[in-house]
Amino acid sequence: MEVPYTVKPRPDTGLYNAKIGVWLFLASEVMLFGALFSSYILLRMGASSWYVGSEALNVPIGTFNTMVLIVSSVTVVMAWASLRMDDLKKYKMYMGITILLGLVFLVVKILFEYLPKIDHGHVPSEHNFYAIYFVLTGLHALHVIGGLVLNAYLWGPGTKMWETEPEQFTNRIEIAGLYWHFVDIVWIFLFPTIYLL
Amino acid sequence: MTDHHHEEPFWRKYIFSVDHKVIGIQYAVTAMIFLLFGFCLMLIMRWNLAYPGEVIPIVGKLLSEDGMLTPDGYNSFGAMHGTIMVFLGVVPLAVGGFGNYVLPLQVGAPDMAFPKINMASYWTFFLGGVCMLASFFMPQGTASSGWTMYAPLSVIATTGETMWLVGMVFLITSSLLGSVNFIVTVIQLRANGLTWMRLPFFVWTQFVTAFLLLLAFPPLEAAAVFQIMDRVAGTSFFLPSGLYVGGEVLNVAGGGTPLLWQHLFWFLAHPEVYVLILPAMGIVAEVIANNTRKPLWGYRSMVYSIIFLGFMSFVVWAHHMFLTGMGTTMAAFFQTTTMIISIPSVIILSALFISLWGGSIRFTTPMLFALGFLPMFGIGGLTGLPLGLASADIHLHDTYYVIGHFHYVVAPGTIFALFAGIYYWFPKVTGKRMNEALGKTHFYGSFICINGVFMPMFIQGLAGVSRRLYDGGSTYLHAQPVLQWNEFMTIAALGLFFFQIFFIINLIISLAKGEKVSSNVWDATTLEWAAAPSPPLPHVNFEKVPDVYHGPYEYSTNSGGNGQPDFTPQHKKINS
Repeated sequence: MEVPYTVKPRPDTGLYNAKIGVWLFLASEVMLFGALFSSYILLRMGASSWYVGSEALNVPIGTFNTMVLIVSSVTVVMAWASLRMDDLKKYKMYMGITILLGLVFLVVKILFEYLPKIDHGHVPSEHNFYAIYFVLTGLHALHVIGGLVLNAYLWGPGTKMWETEPEQFTNRIEIAGLYWHFVDIVWIFLFPTIYLL
Repeated sequence: MTDHHHEEPFWRKYIFSVDHKVIGIQYAVTAMIFLLFGFCLMLIMRWNLAYPGEVIPIVGKLLSEDGMLTPDGYNSFGAMHGTIMVFLGVVPLAVGGFGNYVLPLQVGAPDMAFPKINMASYWTFFLGGVCMLASFFMPQGTASSGWTMYAPLSVIATTGETMWLVGMVFLITSSLLGSVNFIVTVIQLRANGLTWMRLPFFVWTQFVTAFLLLLAFPPLEAAAVFQIMDRVAGTSFFLPSGLYVGGEVLNVAGGGTPLLWQHLFWFLAHPEVYVLILPAMGIVAEVIANNTRKPLWGYRSMVYSIIFLGFMSFVVWAHHMFLTGMGTTMAAFFQTTTMIISIPSVIILSALFISLWGGSIRFTTPMLFALGFLPMFGIGGLTGLPLGLASADIHLHDTYYVIGHFHYVVAPGTIFALFAGIYYWFPKVTGKRMNEALGKTHFYGSFICINGVFMPMFIQGLAGVSRRLYDGGSTYLHAQPVLQWNEFMTIAALGLFFFQIFFIINLIISLAKGEKVSSNVWDATTLEWAAAPSPPLPHVNFEKVPDVYHGPYEYSTNSGGNGQPDFTPQHKKINS
């Protein structure tokens, strides 16, 4: 007797196990970032001085990275849709682009934001503005890295599953895509909150 | 799959197992060891409270050269007692142990929805436990700022604190993995015909508990990251400007607030209280229904109460913070929600009491512990009401009254329920029964001693004795009239330890040569007893996937005469 509904949806819920699982995981993540954003509000309200985000941070670079993530969200959906249309080649291409965009995001973030900031002495201990900037974007970056590892696995060795269990593999891409969207959405909230306000 | 036809190697079967039953046992055994360890920490502290400045017998030489507990050591032990009991003892036993073992069986599932994630959950928990223990060996000892780790004290504390935070991150991750698994298992893997209102109450409690763990723990993870940054990277999330430490202004940017930690911590820690108590209620409900041979009274109201309780537990956290100067408007809000949340608890407890009415009660050991739970949890709950009202809380805050209150909920409350669960499900796990005579000695001895430990705390607390005094208050004038209770409580605690030996012996003896019993030794209706062999088959649990036709507690469905069973198992189809 196997664990049921790992691939096919359960009739009365209409969902397979992992899909509920990932939504629950994302709910938990919402609580994590909810707490982080709430802390940001509480700290800012209580602070005697605060930086103006648009002056202290690099808005053009932030905007560029926002676009990069949004595009990668589109390509990850394309990757999933390609599998639904039985086209592994296109899947490989779109998933590859998604991974590349994720890498671009990280490289830009580190080379053009973190390193210059640290060079100028804007380290977390300087002021709570930088502390919250580094912690929030840093935790987001960790989520990006997690997503990259997952996507890279599904792009590389994980693809073998397509030969034997195509439906389950397609489901996996859907799960990875949901997570990747979440990473994108967090950034869409982070960007205006920290960079613009 | 050929999985269950070939013999698995030892490490796969017992160590890195993906079978929910093995993982449940791993959780339970680890948690019981931690419970014993946490209890021993407290015994050393209690000795010091009763006989301050006297050499501690047996273990004294291990602690310091003169064989006494130092004030710093006392603080560390206090912090770690709380941490270990809550995060490494009770929750892993109640949720990781009983939840893992019993829940899939009760819903008729072959395993958890994600067996590998389940294994990861246990081993992450294990790592967290190792971090916590390792913190004892850090240069200046372990964390010492209370189990609540209030900033800024915790930020300027010794390096053990960092280990505590890292351990906490592991524990949070573990409970995240576990709770996702529990929820998906309940939603997706219920047997055919097992509708929501046919779920055993225990499954409901685990289901709601899993939601609390899933949604309440992440804010503490955020807080832990902030505190690690404060300690390691020199940020000031929890440090206000101009903070004096040791007569000098601390060299940090400042501008943070210690209240932020308190909010984030209690946003977890209040739901955590319900994580401690809900599974206990579930176990007690199972045991009571089974031993009164009656359906639970008001099953539906209990289910709705527990869901409501889950929701409300997210909006009461600041009643731990009445003394932070939060203002009357905020205090009024949190007082109101606190009073409201007591209603569903009272409904559940009343329903359990009324369930006893008119039953022909079997006084087995698990039933005794379940019966002990009811008044003890009642005392714990009722003494909490004055703490939920700001005006009374101002007097009682941080006194022994608070300690007495929550220990009544957790120790003779939850832990008694957990004992009930161990005695009740032991035959399920091993196919053998625990010794009744030893079990009853364990119960009566523990029941008397545990009240001897916690009842005097109310007296001391009302007299205003603070909970964090190394010498138990002997240097304070207002504590003098109630000081003699310290010795009484310590003797009671040692007695409590003595009676736990009966339990440990019972566990070992019953495991080795307990009386072999039939698969359904308690004549229970729920699937784990009625439809599965004891112990259940590895990996698949059931010989045949059960279909469900009845509610969970169809007891006394006929007279029970003529050798007929007096109950209708959930999976038994009756042609009528």
